Amino acid sequence: MVTLNSASEVILLQSVNKFYANEAVLHDVNLSIQSGECIVLVGHNGAGKTSLIKLMLGLTRPTSGAIKVLGHDPAFSAAVAQGMSLGYLPESVAFYEAMTGREVLSFYAQLKGASKVECDKLLDLVGLGDASKRRVGTYSKGMRQRLGLAQAMLGNPQLLFLDEPTTGLDPILRQHFYELIDDLQKEGATSIISSHALHEVEARASRFVILKKGVVVACGTLEELYQQATLPVRVKVSVKPGEASSVAERMGSAVNVTDINNQSFNLSCDMDEKMPIIRHISNLGDVVQDMQIMPPRLDELYSYFMSGDPS
Amino acid sequence: MKMLWVLAMKEIRDGLRNRWIAAAIILLGSLALALSLLGSAPTGSVKASDLDITVISLSSLSVYLIPLIALMLSFDALVGEFERGTMMLLLTYPVSRWQVIMGKFLGHISILCIAIFAGYGGAILIMTIFAGGSIEGWQAYVTMMMSSLILGAVFIALGYLVSVLVKERATAAGTAIGLWLIFVVIYDLVLFGALLMDEGQIIGQQLFSTLMLISPTDSYRIFNLSLFEGVSDAAGIAGIASEAGMSGSLLIGVMSLWVVIPLMLTLFVFQKREL
Repeated sequence: MVTLNSASEVILLQSVNKFYANEAVLHDVNLSIQSGECIVLVGHNGAGKTSLIKLMLGLTRPTSGAIKVLGHDPAFSAAVAQGMSLGYLPESVAFYEAMTGREVLSFYAQLKGASKVECDKLLDLVGLGDASKRRVGTYSKGMRQRLGLAQAMLGNPQLLFLDEPTTGLDPILRQHFYELIDDLQKEGATSIISSHALHEVEARASRFVILKKGVVVACGTLEELYQQATLPVRVKVSVKPGEASSVAERMGSAVNVTDINNQSFNLSCDMDEKMPIIRHISNLGDVVQDMQIMPPRLDELYSYFMSGDPS
Repeated sequence: MKMLWVLAMKEIRDGLRNRWIAAAIILLGSLALALSLLGSAPTGSVKASDLDITVISLSSLSVYLIPLIALMLSFDALVGEFERGTMMLLLTYPVSRWQVIMGKFLGHISILCIAIFAGYGGAILIMTIFAGGSIEGWQAYVTMMMSSLILGAVFIALGYLVSVLVKERATAAGTAIGLWLIFVVIYDLVLFGALLMDEGQIIGQQLFSTLMLISPTDSYRIFNLSLFEGVSDAAGIAGIASEAGMSGSLLIGVMSLWVVIPLMLTLFVFQKREL
């Protein structure tokens, strides 16, 4: 029924609904993910990020709608068995507690057909080389998370699903982790990351999918989201001492002027008013000494979409 | 095939690591040894070889013990992984759900196989150092071990079915104990109770045989007690099975169905399950 639009389309969701006990967890989700993209799923707790990932992994089935992952319905494990290489890091990863870190990883490596050498390499990479002979039961939260990363990286996956990957990681490991993702990305891997930490993922996300109560309220690149959000641009204008209020009076009605003091004032305006205002200010001559343009911040963007009515 | 092997090996290693296998070998071995030593005493009067006596007493004991061991191995196999969350991750690997079930099954069967053959087999090796058995006795003993393995497979499969149906590990444990009681104790009690009350009015020979046959534990009992002449003489139920038209292959066939059907049901439920 569902056909892939192009050869580079890795994941396709068409009007996907998911209900648990008559409660909608996901509602009418449409999404097309191209090869090599880095999609970041954003949303409050319970927005449906994990549910969406589980559907794409075939762990659960949509109540209605269609999903294709690499051309197959993921709910049929046969598609998985055909050797598509994917890596998954669950939100709170669980392992066989009685096994050592190395045993766990080599068990998973065998299932993915990865080598023992790769296991050792990954264990060192995530900094578990020394602890690899200890039982996983004795591991801390951070160590489990690192082991989880290691198993997700096994076998150079072409498709990565990372559910809140950096929780429990210290800043250095976090850095390390994103370098690993970048490496895989350069080789053409597609990744789907769910995250609360917007600042971390801002630079590497090719697109954001913002979920609210199971509904995709926004989807697109950062620029597209800013346009969609119509958040005000703020400009801080510095003027000659004592001139602030007189200059502020000449700003016109399209802008909102605040924080007037002796030498500076702030103004905010709509995105499409930005350029006319900037031209206007620069025509004022010497009296204006400096101008700082501050685009809306990511968390403003986030709270804009979170507070709005999902429709 | 490789996936099944990897999954089975994990179970076997688990069995070795948590001393499950060692404990089962010691338990089965010491019981077999004790029974065969005790069994040596009355041989003079019954005209059966030591080994035949051992087969009788050991199979009567296995009927209780093997299902218990098998259920203890299997009740946790699926629900435990659901509860801990390891199943979710496992299923994102290139393994299909039937491979997960069959891999575990192979692993658990291997554990049971090691325990039975090392425990029972080891005990009999020690015994033969003291006194040899007849050739037929040997066959009976080996067949008893094989049929014990099939009995174990029945309860591993039943354990999986419990494990895939319940929501919590504790429920699975309780249900497994219930199953054991029903199959090993209650079914027979009810059957014989009904037979006594009935005084042969409704329950005829045919119906009684059928009721015995459909129980995997009774099939196992009859199989071991009556298949060999020496054994059935000693057990005093010579010819019962053949009179009722129960051939060895029929009895094994019934037990095999008790393996296949619960396994298929488990797989069916597991395929539908969302994680």
